[in-house]
Amino acid sequence: MSPGGRRLVSTSVSALTCGAAGLVVCPLLLISGFLLYQGVSAINVDFFLHLPKPVGEVGGGVANAIVGSLIMIGLAVLIGLPVGILGGVYLAESRDRRLPWVLRFVADVMNGVPSIVFGIFAYTVVVLPMRRFSALAGGFALGLILIPIVLRTSEEMVRLVPSALREAGLGLGLPEWKVSLRIVIPAARAGIITGVMVAVARIAGETAPLLFTALGNRFWHQGLDQPIAALPLQIYAYAIAPYDDWHRQAWAGALVLITLVFLASLAARLATRGRIVAR
Amino acid sequence: MAADSLAGVGTADGLALPPRAVSRSRRGVGDRVYRGLILASVWLVLALAGGLLLALGWESWAAIRAFGLRFLITSHWDPVAGEFGALPFIYGTLVSSLLALLIAVPLSLGAAIFLAELAPSWVRPPVAFLIEMLAAVPSVVYGLWGIFVLVPWLRDWVQPALARTLGFLPLFQGPPYGIGMLAAGLILAIMIVPYITSVSREVLLAVPGSQREAALGLGATRWETTRIAVLRYGRSGLIGAILLGLGRALGETMAVTMVIGNRPEVALSLFAPGYTMASVLANEFTEATSDLYVSALVEIGLLLLVVTVAVNGLARLLVWSVGGPARGGRA
Amino acid sequence: MGDGIYVKGLRAWFGETLVLKGVDLTVAPNAVTAIIGPSGCGKSTFIRCLNRMHETVPGARVSGQVLLNSEDLYASGVDPVQVRRRIGMVFQKANPFPTMSVFDNVAAGLRLAGMRRKSRLQEEVERALRHAALWDEVKDDLDKSGVSLSGGQQQRLCIARALAVDPQILLMDEPCSALDPIATAKIEELIHDLKKELTIAIVTHNMQQAARVSEWTGFFLLGELVEFGVTKEMFTTPGDKRTEDYITGRFG
Repeated sequence: MSPGGRRLVSTSVSALTCGAAGLVVCPLLLISGFLLYQGVSAINVDFFLHLPKPVGEVGGGVANAIVGSLIMIGLAVLIGLPVGILGGVYLAESRDRRLPWVLRFVADVMNGVPSIVFGIFAYTVVVLPMRRFSALAGGFALGLILIPIVLRTSEEMVRLVPSALREAGLGLGLPEWKVSLRIVIPAARAGIITGVMVAVARIAGETAPLLFTALGNRFWHQGLDQPIAALPLQIYAYAIAPYDDWHRQAWAGALVLITLVFLASLAARLATRGRIVAR
Repeated sequence: MAADSLAGVGTADGLALPPRAVSRSRRGVGDRVYRGLILASVWLVLALAGGLLLALGWESWAAIRAFGLRFLITSHWDPVAGEFGALPFIYGTLVSSLLALLIAVPLSLGAAIFLAELAPSWVRPPVAFLIEMLAAVPSVVYGLWGIFVLVPWLRDWVQPALARTLGFLPLFQGPPYGIGMLAAGLILAIMIVPYITSVSREVLLAVPGSQREAALGLGATRWETTRIAVLRYGRSGLIGAILLGLGRALGETMAVTMVIGNRPEVALSLFAPGYTMASVLANEFTEATSDLYVSALVEIGLLLLVVTVAVNGLARLLVWSVGGPARGGRA
Repeated sequence: MGDGIYVKGLRAWFGETLVLKGVDLTVAPNAVTAIIGPSGCGKSTFIRCLNRMHETVPGARVSGQVLLNSEDLYASGVDPVQVRRRIGMVFQKANPFPTMSVFDNVAAGLRLAGMRRKSRLQEEVERALRHAALWDEVKDDLDKSGVSLSGGQQQRLCIARALAVDPQILLMDEPCSALDPIATAKIEELIHDLKKELTIAIVTHNMQQAARVSEWTGFFLLGELVEFGVTKEMFTTPGDKRTEDYITGRFG
């Protein structure tokens, strides 16, 4: 090919890949725009404070769904946070060869398991023995999803703590566990928290694992061992129903959900930007 | 004895040595408890993973015993009669995922190359950020948009156009419902593009600069440099990125359920409704009346688990081969 | 008459920082010109300006003239890709393409230039490998990966890769700094042979190496060309005090 031809190919490819990047980003703008347009009209104070109205009636809100989501996220964090952080600390501090590799591999693979499969696991381990659908089961399923995410991000954050800090602690005569707990982990605290935020943003949007664990509820839940509503579940139920008003509420719910998720991810990115400069 | 005498040494000079602050056994206890807690967490995670496999295997045993390999190749799904053949779901999962890959891979790799090699530096951070945001959108939101925007668009514009131009192919025959395999493939493509793009971008960024220099020194254009130095070097990592996208597509539940039509049939046309493994779980799990029904569904879940674990495992190994096991937690 | 490079008033920047402060220098045809100086003096930057590699770094800039015989390589409308085709480069650390075989590595530049026929490629690859004094060692293993060779062999592979496209000039940026003395000696021997047909400019931090292989030497300090002359004379009777101090080891 002539030199001019090669240059043309190079420029064309640059243009093509630029176009690809543009196409890739498009859906985000399309979806956000559409949600804003459709959902904004249904957002009002009622939406946040009231329970769903009976079938066919217009109005009502998703208060129980929001509360339900918060409760199950809380349960998930309770279950997953300690295990995830300690596991992440292990990966960052361990000098062994095999066990860390296995744990890292298992965690990454778990990250890729479809969330509905975790729902099945929660079903067999919590719902079946308890003989009922419950917030506990939903929280358990979400916790399982949370663990590998928190684990890997905690590992990254603890790794970023300069070893000089650890050595200073050891040099002062502090035992290893105190150095980890009092010096290293607190230094990584901000990063770990943002990692948890990202994980929470992810599980806040999960629907599939809740379908047969929390089940959903059109009213306030009667206890943690009872079925409970969740925002993504409600969105799904409204979306596939035949009522226009429910559709509008689905938009509104989706708008709320997507806003929270975006804010959490944005905050996480901003918070860690100063840290990961070394990359 | 010698330790005790140490306590009094030097006091005359004012050089007071501190008494033995921490006894040997106490220091050991703190460390041992800490170590114990950490190892307990590690083993707990591994146990949960193992438990997952075991629980699914246990629950699906009844169906495995009843149907054996027939389960994978029969199309007859009749809960009332107790006949369960999972072929339509396997078919639907594979076809929708492959369609998604076909659409997503060229776009993702193109965007990744653009971001890693060819874009001016002021463009890179915002675009990379937007792509990360896309990855954070929940599946049910994609599904919602799919039902009310994508499906009507397909039904009213795209499918009639395809039927007019390419209707002689069995792929594009049948009534244009909008809902169906094409919609599922498209929405999956939109959902997996951010993953493939960001992992590919990281793989490309991990290629050492000396490789680029070698190509440039030979008189290669920018694209040629990318082609022979970067893409070749990062080849296995890029394949891993694609596999990660595939793994994602295989397990995607809500968005697909909302646009695929949920009909358990094997059909050649992309316009036809279909059903995926994840979708049937989402739709029928709470309606499963008999134990065998539940067991059959759990077996589908087990299949899904095994396939996604295999695909993801392979993908991770490939990605690690280029950049090292450092990255994680996001994709 | 071979090809020479004539540099006039060359200035180079990294962003706002001026790193080469106006250099005039001749790389004589069919001879070896050595560029010496302490770390950070700009010798690598200088040589990378000769084949327009400097500008591939974001924010880097060049002004002045670099003439290949009578053509200004920095004239507007000149394609840097073509410049790099005619001026080859060998880098500090050998960088063969690891996913390509020995054969494919050497053929890489040829394939980029459009050569397709297997027989022609085989001829040229053998010619280049012989030229780089590597043929006998690899002729039975042409399909082995480029990185399966030893360090010194990899560097000679990179030299072969650069020679395959028949450049007019060969630039070498500290090619032996990562090699052991035996591998270094082999490459210096190679340079002796190559200069009969090729014009070579070599950056080196090893003064003895400069004295061994070059006819001309340029001494750089803090972005300036302090002194330039016949190698033998520079090392025995340096004109500038700074040159003398560097050569006698008083700094650097």
